[in-house]
Amino acid sequence: MIGRRVLLAGGAAVLAAPARAETPHRIVAVGGAVTECVFALGVGDRVVAVDSTSRFPAAVRGLPQIGYMRALAPEGLISLNADMMLLSADAGPAQALAVLRAAGAPIRSIPEVPTGDGIAAKIRAVADALEVDGRPVADTVLADWQSLDAPIAALRPVRTIFVLSASRGAPLVSGAGTLAAAMLAAGGAQNVVSGYNGYRPLSAEAAAQIAPEAVVIMDHVLQEIGGIDALLAVPALAVTPVVRTRRVLAIDGSYVLSFGPRAAHARRDLAMLLHPGAPLPALPARAWT
Amino acid sequence: MSLALATASPRARGRVAMLPLGAALLAAAMLAGVLLGPAPVTMGGLTATVLDVLGIAPLPAEYVRDAAVLGVIRAPRVLMAALVGAGLGAAGAAMQGLFRNPLADPGLIGVSGGAALAAVTAIVLGSSIFGAAAGVMGLWLLPVAAFVGGLLATLMMARLGTVQGVAGVATLLLAGVAVNALAGALTGVMIFMADDRQVRDITFWTLGSLAGSRWAHLPVVAVLVGLPTLALCALARPFNALLLGEAEAFHLGVRVESVKRLALTLAAVAVAAGVAFTGLIGFVGLVVPHLVRLGFGADHRLVLPGAALLGGTLLVLADLLARSLAAPAELPVGVVTALLGAPFFLWLLRRRGMGA
Repeated sequence: MIGRRVLLAGGAAVLAAPARAETPHRIVAVGGAVTECVFALGVGDRVVAVDSTSRFPAAVRGLPQIGYMRALAPEGLISLNADMMLLSADAGPAQALAVLRAAGAPIRSIPEVPTGDGIAAKIRAVADALEVDGRPVADTVLADWQSLDAPIAALRPVRTIFVLSASRGAPLVSGAGTLAAAMLAAGGAQNVVSGYNGYRPLSAEAAAQIAPEAVVIMDHVLQEIGGIDALLAVPALAVTPVVRTRRVLAIDGSYVLSFGPRAAHARRDLAMLLHPGAPLPALPARAWT
Repeated sequence: MSLALATASPRARGRVAMLPLGAALLAAAMLAGVLLGPAPVTMGGLTATVLDVLGIAPLPAEYVRDAAVLGVIRAPRVLMAALVGAGLGAAGAAMQGLFRNPLADPGLIGVSGGAALAAVTAIVLGSSIFGAAAGVMGLWLLPVAAFVGGLLATLMMARLGTVQGVAGVATLLLAGVAVNALAGALTGVMIFMADDRQVRDITFWTLGSLAGSRWAHLPVVAVLVGLPTLALCALARPFNALLLGEAEAFHLGVRVESVKRLALTLAAVAVAAGVAFTGLIGFVGLVVPHLVRLGFGADHRLVLPGAALLGGTLLVLADLLARSLAAPAELPVGVVTALLGAPFFLWLLRRRGMGA
């Protein structure tokens, strides 16, 4: 019995259950976009832990890490004494979510749809869960996003591929149905790889046939490969027109592909990379960008 | 490649105490598993939960969270870890005895490879193949698929390995290699077809986790893992005879072919059912039987139940560390079993090598 008491003593001080406030004040945010939404709504100071995909704003870097959002830890989450767990719809696994639900954890699933309307819905869902007014932020982001619709639609789509990685063998290239494909389309590019869903290795023959004019790649991936020349030496890319155009566009993946409140600005930045000098309306700086 | 029949006498004195010791270790590990973890539980919370479970006093509101941590999260998890670890340990000991090969583990009979192929298929094609059924089966789709896949792979391996009614050890081994290669290739096809998220899910599944353990799973696991584990322990005498060789065992009155079929079936059911709920957990099935043998000799009356008890103990402790070390995140339990067990195993091996 003494042993047991010793084992348990460490926890005694921490236990006091969180007092039930009117609005959640200890928030766990899971998913990069979900976390950005909480901060954009001005209640980021209530976030007590985030997942490994949450990297913005800088304030999240000092917070406790709950790990990767597809490998949630039920007991770890409960131990945070949160009164609201905002989980991206992509969070999992389903079995761990079932355990959390059975344990009565205050979880709320936030939809992830990579469109302008989807982003606004995401912001409103987060705001609802936190009992704050989400309309100002949601409406502003949606208006920013929509102000780009017509000007980008008027541009000639650039034949583009998105390269996820190219360190071993054939480069992993985005097909349809990825966040990258959604952002390419929104930014005035034509993703010339549409025969499959998700990321697949692209063969040199296929690459030669689809003849992309530009490559979009995450900046840290490009750096790891060793720069533009090293990337264009990869056989599957060496046979494409990109070798002549040298249009390798490096993006910050956690910004451009997050589909959170910064998405309208990210969309404009990507469009300007793809179409230098295009007459796109400037977007005012927002509190969350 | 044959198992060293450890000299009996020097270790005999330790043997009698081995099984009670193993049981005590397992009980202590399970108690620690329920009492410890990243979500702190007070003495008051523990008492209130126990009183509530026994129906003596209703749960006071301030202990609802403690009761949830103990009753909803930890208790089913610890029981699941004990059962699955015991199944892996006993199945590993049985396979090493059956194949008379120290490198044998449950993976050899195709059960893990088959379960992995089916689980990965369920992850990648779940909704498109099973359509409406996936919706109805929900959380059960993956475990059921993995269980059936594991059994089918072992069945295939046993059929391929049986020539004219005789399942020769070498033929069985090669059939297992072939079935594993086939399952591995088809798993590769599924990974090729998977999207980015599914690839991550697959990776985590192959590293194992007890995070999804719920009470609803436990009756299934108790029957499909617990009973085969007990039954394997009951095969100790024929396994001891098999150590002498199949012909010798036959002359001792052991029905060699039936014992082999029975052991394969029991091991496959126990491992497939465990893996179905936890994902692949390495190390336990391969090394835990060796730990028991190194400590207590090769007598299967000790090795089989000893491997079950020690396997359960190791997995319960590994899971406790998995959910505590990186809290509030969680490590994959398969990583922890190997990190815990491998250095200990090496130490034992070195010590034994120097002593002998």
